[in-house]
Amino acid sequence: MKIAPRDAYGQALVELGRENQNIVVLDADVAKASMTILFKEAFPDRFFDLGIAESDIVGTGAGFAVAGKIPFVNAYANFLLGNGWDQIRISVCYANKNVKIIGHNIGASSGKDGPTHLPLEDIALTRALPGMTVIEAVDGVEVKKAVRALANHIGPAYLRVGRLPIPVITKEEDPFEIGKANIIREGKDVTIIACGVMVSKALKAAENLAERGIEAEIINMHTIKPLDTTTILKSVAKTGAVVTAEEHTVIGGLGGAVAEFLSCTKPVPIRIVGSPDRFGVCGSYEEIHEVLGLTPENIVESSTTVLSLK
Amino acid sequence: MVHNKQQEIMKSKELAKNMRKNILLMTHRAGGGHPGGCLSATDIIAVLYKCFLRVDPNNPSWVGRDYFFLSKGHAVPAQYAVLMEMGFLAKEEIKDFREIEGRLPAYPSCEITPGIDMASGSLGQGLSIANGTALAARLNNSDQRAYVMLGDGELHEGQVWEAMMTAAHFKLNNVCAIVDYNKLQLDGSIDEVKTLGDLNAKWASFGWKTIEIDGHDYEQIYNSFAEAKGFKEGPTVIIAHTVKGKGVSFMEDEVGWHCASPTDEQLEIALKELS
Ligand SMILES: Cc1ncc(C[n+]2csc(CCOP(=O)(O)OP(=O)(O)O)c2C)c(N)n1
Repeated sequence: MKIAPRDAYGQALVELGRENQNIVVLDADVAKASMTILFKEAFPDRFFDLGIAESDIVGTGAGFAVAGKIPFVNAYANFLLGNGWDQIRISVCYANKNVKIIGHNIGASSGKDGPTHLPLEDIALTRALPGMTVIEAVDGVEVKKAVRALANHIGPAYLRVGRLPIPVITKEEDPFEIGKANIIREGKDVTIIACGVMVSKALKAAENLAERGIEAEIINMHTIKPLDTTTILKSVAKTGAVVTAEEHTVIGGLGGAVAEFLSCTKPVPIRIVGSPDRFGVCGSYEEIHEVLGLTPENIVESSTTVLSLK
Repeated sequence: MVHNKQQEIMKSKELAKNMRKNILLMTHRAGGGHPGGCLSATDIIAVLYKCFLRVDPNNPSWVGRDYFFLSKGHAVPAQYAVLMEMGFLAKEEIKDFREIEGRLPAYPSCEITPGIDMASGSLGQGLSIANGTALAARLNNSDQRAYVMLGDGELHEGQVWEAMMTAAHFKLNNVCAIVDYNKLQLDGSIDEVKTLGDLNAKWASFGWKTIEIDGHDYEQIYNSFAEAKGFKEGPTVIIAHTVKGKGVSFMEDEVGWHCASPTDEQLEIALKELS
């Protein structure tokens, strides 16, 4: 089964809006794409379309937070982080305001809209900000839990939300706690740390590796910051080799976070699977993933490489 | 009523006098800061706090408070000075301006300074914040008002114009922007760097009520705030013609005093002029 994260996101907002009167939703003229349209229909008084103004929407969200509301600020991730970054830096993070920044159409999920619309740098841009929590849910089921957790979490946070349907690999009853990674496959030979859609690709890779007698442990690192270093260390103590995978550039993302941490605490062979240092292309979701090397095959190859370096 | 207003104005003038002295003491002691843009804004800030802004020094985060955002955050000594007069901060804290210890950083921090609701220092962001608080107040059926002061140079920032449209679109009659129109910025005069053209017409065409005043005439400052408060159709901007460095003869209208610190000698002269 597949669910588009944005559909789950829109539904989750409506559920939360019913429970919590303090939640307000802001959008920058992309409500039909971000699916905040659902919240708009359910709670028109608490929905604000700020128009095509990504700097202003971040500041307005921060103003709502000053007044005690819980604002969810939505726009395409590339434009929100591009045009709104200084506002996120000062008015949200430095000011330590309870603003939920929601970046939509992440990774390759805008497909044929092409390079201008493919945010492959948003984790790096948000992760570098002090006090920022950075989350990418693994599937549509987890998105709902993440949105709920974010509504209860106090402080600046960034959530990456994808546009296209991706495989559902978790169940309703699976736990979700911000900053606590979930091990979704146990193994002793190599640790694969992934987020978002790349977790399902890691599962495919693990099947392939298992056929060759290699048992991969897979960690769903839904919270990229703060990084669950305890879970990483525990797994690495067992496997001694790491592959990371994300729908994001290899610079400064999940792989960067893991490498920064492990190189200073427990150096082990690491390979980072992600977009190389380049822009995306116009193509279908699958085509772009092929071009950027976001594939199970690449995870398999990286795994055998780190194993050979142990 | 008129009598009351005159009394309030007298008190505001007294307050502004102390503010100016403390602004000079702060920038002198710190060896840095932006005295020019503090002094142009002082009279307006004094009247705002003394006569209009509903805030409580004993409870700075009182939920029913009015908001004042100093979007031109480099002028924060003017806000520290008024917060000292109003009892949010102690006068002894003058020595802490720009220091590692204490509660008076070079640019506003809402995390450590009571009476300050938003960080600033990156120009252009304050009007959006004011709009957010104003929208929240409306949702809460509260009569809270949001005031925001912008520099004239700051108006070069695109976000300000985005936010101008937002306030007009939502008819935010609880938002009052003040432009400290002192005609100077960092590199030189506004007209040298990048002219603002017909500023009044620009705001008006964006859907704002505009009031143009002499930003050092207390009667005009008072009346403009009162008028803005009474205007119910949408947001109001007070375009205040001011003099950068106002009150200290050698600082007035001198771009060099945008970012500078008075020497011991200059401080002495300035304090004499002010008393
Ligand atoms: C976004 C941003 N760019 C540049 C600066 C550096 N800067 C600080 S003050 C200033 C000039 C401000 O001029 P104006 O708004 O007219 O303020 P005033 O003259 O009232 O002091 C500049 C360029 C800044 N603080 N923020």
